[in-house]
Amino acid sequence: MSGALVFAWSGVVLFSLGLFGFIVHRHLLRRLLAFNIMGSGAFLVLVGLAQDGRGVDPVPHAMVITGIVVAVASTALALVVFRRWYRASGRTDLPEDT
Amino acid sequence: MDWNSLILFGVLATSLVASAVIFLLDESRLVLRSAFNVAAAVAKLLLVLWIIWGVYRNVEYELRFTIIDGVDFILRADALGIMFVGLSSLLWLFTTLYAIGYLEKVPNRSRFFGFFSLCVASTVGIALAGNLFTFLLFYELLTLSTYPLVVHRGTRESLRAGQIYLYYTLGGGALLLFGVVALHVLVGDTEFVPGGSLSGLDPTLYPLLIGIFVMMVIGLGVKAALFPLHAWLPMAMVAPAPVSALLHAVAVVKAGAFGIARVVYDVYGIEFANTLGLLGPLAIAASITILYGSLRALAQDDLKKRLAFSTISQVSYIILGISLFGPIGTIGGLVHLLHQGLMKITLFFCAGNYAETLGVHKVSELDGAGQRMPATSVAFTLGAFGMIGIPPMAGFISKWYLGMGALNAGMDWVLAVLILSSLLNAAYFLPILYRIWFRRRERPWCEGKVVGRFETPALLLIPTLATAAFALVAGLFAGMPFSPLYWAQVIVSREYLP
Amino acid sequence: MIGLWSVPLLFALPLALGIISLLATPAWRARLGLAGLPLLLAASTAVFVHLVLAGPHTYALGHWGAPLGISLVVDGLAAGMVLLTAVVASLCALYAWVYLRDQPPSTSFFWPLLWFLWAGMNGIWLAEDVFNLYVGLEVMGLAAVGLVALKATPQALAAAMRYLLAALLGSLAYLLGVALLYANYGTLSMAGLHEVATADVTTQVALALIILGLLLKTALFPLHAWLPPAHGGALTPVSALLSALVVKGSFYILLRIWVMLGPEVTPFATAQLLGILGAGAVFYGGWMAWRQHHLKQLVAYSTVAQIGYLFLFFPLVTGTGPEAARLAWDGTLMMLIAHALAKAALFLSAGNLILAVGSAHIGHLVGISRFRPMSLFSFGLAGVSLMGLPPSGGFTGKWLLLNSAILSGQWWWLIVLFLGGLLSAAYIFKVFRMSFREGPQIDHSASPPLLLDVTALLLAAGAILIGLTAHLPLGWVRIGSPFGAG
Repeated sequence: MSGALVFAWSGVVLFSLGLFGFIVHRHLLRRLLAFNIMGSGAFLVLVGLAQDGRGVDPVPHAMVITGIVVAVASTALALVVFRRWYRASGRTDLPEDT
Repeated sequence: MDWNSLILFGVLATSLVASAVIFLLDESRLVLRSAFNVAAAVAKLLLVLWIIWGVYRNVEYELRFTIIDGVDFILRADALGIMFVGLSSLLWLFTTLYAIGYLEKVPNRSRFFGFFSLCVASTVGIALAGNLFTFLLFYELLTLSTYPLVVHRGTRESLRAGQIYLYYTLGGGALLLFGVVALHVLVGDTEFVPGGSLSGLDPTLYPLLIGIFVMMVIGLGVKAALFPLHAWLPMAMVAPAPVSALLHAVAVVKAGAFGIARVVYDVYGIEFANTLGLLGPLAIAASITILYGSLRALAQDDLKKRLAFSTISQVSYIILGISLFGPIGTIGGLVHLLHQGLMKITLFFCAGNYAETLGVHKVSELDGAGQRMPATSVAFTLGAFGMIGIPPMAGFISKWYLGMGALNAGMDWVLAVLILSSLLNAAYFLPILYRIWFRRRERPWCEGKVVGRFETPALLLIPTLATAAFALVAGLFAGMPFSPLYWAQVIVSREYLP
Repeated sequence: MIGLWSVPLLFALPLALGIISLLATPAWRARLGLAGLPLLLAASTAVFVHLVLAGPHTYALGHWGAPLGISLVVDGLAAGMVLLTAVVASLCALYAWVYLRDQPPSTSFFWPLLWFLWAGMNGIWLAEDVFNLYVGLEVMGLAAVGLVALKATPQALAAAMRYLLAALLGSLAYLLGVALLYANYGTLSMAGLHEVATADVTTQVALALIILGLLLKTALFPLHAWLPPAHGGALTPVSALLSALVVKGSFYILLRIWVMLGPEVTPFATAQLLGILGAGAVFYGGWMAWRQHHLKQLVAYSTVAQIGYLFLFFPLVTGTGPEAARLAWDGTLMMLIAHALAKAALFLSAGNLILAVGSAHIGHLVGISRFRPMSLFSFGLAGVSLMGLPPSGGFTGKWLLLNSAILSGQWWWLIVLFLGGLLSAAYIFKVFRMSFREGPQIDHSASPPLLLDVTALLLAAGAILIGLTAHLPLGWVRIGSPFGAG
């Protein structure tokens, strides 16, 4: 059990926590935050798993950087839509939610 | 794509083009639309006559292209198909004339005639289909093109009738699809070959083949109004008279019966079907329908409903003929395809005339109609005599051959069914004739229409008399070449001999 | 030569057009959009023709090869999807050009979003490794959410938010699956994974995550809840694009990965489960569509149902013989293509009917057949394909799937196809019944511009034509696939 796998497992834990929060919370901002935690968890898994004694592997780094950019863009879009929704409806959660 | 396949395509194209043009025409262009309609019908009839002449001389007419690997779209003119096409084209011409006259005040005629042409195109496609796939294609297209005709009036009743019609026909179509696909998986593309192509198969497949046959017959039997799949037919009487005439004499019910003929003769082959033991149950199903239809007809007062149940009964004569093993029974069934078409359309035309001119829809109101509308009533009488089977009407010829065929096939009980049903036919037709000719009218007529020189507008009268004349001639001159009987004999010789 | 050059154009063009139209004024966005359509159509056709003539090949963007560069594969399926996208998106965009004239100027953001959507989709069709699939999926997804939110009503915004949340969840699950795959095998390329994939635990977990993520994005029952509000509540051309193309993107990825992993790795049980969920989608979606009173919601639930048919692919290719698998491949692709054309036509003609009557309630369509025969006709033709009646692409696809089901011995899928067809007939004819009914006379209707009807009709006609000429496109799409000729 090398140190790298600790990162990977932490990533899994973060992902699960984020998933739990995403599903359970009603307030949209909290759901977005939960999504971001999930994303960080996934990236941690990616980086953590790829560290197993193969030396420095640039591919996961590239993947994580891309992933972070995508997450930023998604969060930005989500915030814009949320703001519009709040202005239009006065609510911070979605009606009869899933 | 040689000359012959072009002609074949032309037969289909006349109604497709007519349909497209009529849809695009404005509602108010009455004369142009009628002219187009009639011109297309005449053109189609001429092409069909040409092809009949060719098929008689054994000329090949075929049009094919690949849809997916192993499945071709095939149009082919063989003796059986061309017989059906001939009937359809002839009756389309008359029904078109009749419909133009009948629907004079009805809205949405462009829509009506557009779908009408599409319906005939589908029927032609069914007749000319060269394999099960193409048959299925046009069979479903027929369902789609007849629905708007059934619901044309837009009333709650029509819509309900249309809904029931769809339940039955789409369900039947799906069953037919299953049967066809299953057959495809077993043997590949099933082209229509006289004598069938399945007899060489491994005997372990026989149960599967029987199952497929049952599925296909149920699917086809819906349109052919086989008991107990017939319930849509009386409900569809709510449609305008030309629709009932076309649906019940030519297009839908005949397509079902024709399909069963194709399956028995050109896919399974009559001898193989006999080996599998399929003919007996088919004969029983047909017989039950014949008797059921006649019994229900007795109880109807509405004229069109009575004729509808009569159709249910009569179309099963065709199926009965198909299920009688032996050339004579086959001739009886096939020739009745034509005869019943001519006679039934005459009866429906007359019913339409009575309704339009005199406002009469029920049998009990027909007292003294013979005085008021003699020509129509003569036509009705001829049609009725034909249904009962009185010589020299065409119906007699069919029943004679069916009876002989039954004895030939060793199914003597069928003879009893035939006699019983003829008696029942008499029981529900003769009283009508009695009322028309011999009862005096109690109350005055409520005139439905102001008429011209004749008892009813010419466009309604001429087709009626014409089809009645054809029905008479088909019986009188049955022995001549090119009569329906002669043609049925040609088909049978090609089916049984090789 | 042109074919090879066109491949990077498939990305460069839409991205450039997207950025430029973002910076342009609302009036110019539409004009730029219209100008860009023929260019992209030409590029897509060039790629397709090149494939048919020269066979499949791979292409490295900028000549930087994998793993750090982006490697693209052009085979029959990829080129086919590229061309399909071009055709459907062009016609929908043409529709939008006219339709959006009467909408507020903020809807001109449709154009940049369309371009980014298109770029994302091309990225998915042509991707050679699983991570690029993720990128394409994200770009497509975010652009799609933006398109839904264009219509600034509260319902549309709620639908967009719901869609976004589902999309994000789905992509994260997919990403985690990809991470596990990379960690296990050290390669992301599809060709590479095809070589080394084995059925060990990590791969199964990764596959499960990937499947879950993609199911959520494809809105397969029971994860479909976000779709009806989003597709039913968006602007008409957007609904058409979403139902016709965007849901196919995530399905395509699942298809590719499943085929890439090969039959030894993909579990039989999972395949059957996917089929069962597909069956559930067909029944539930069909039933819900029948119960709708709002025309566009009916069409949206129809999408939920039709997606179910696509998932019959998985049980029919896993654990069955080569002939059955090939038929399943052909059938699924035919259904995919036919559905794209037919669903776009259905949405566009529904939009026309709504414009004509001024209401989206089906009950208000009474008597419309007298005034808008062309819109109804397109609706009907598209409906014929959705019902699987001949002579349409839907029928040919259904035929092939039926053949495959019988041949593989999995005859229980026959019931799905049988009942599904009847259910679609129920909801399609519901609309027709209304239009044939004679009610209180509406003696006039608004007359939408002709181009709107023409685009719908072209798409519907395409759905029918593709059924009649099926063996040509099917043959082309099979180039380079494992179910290839023979």
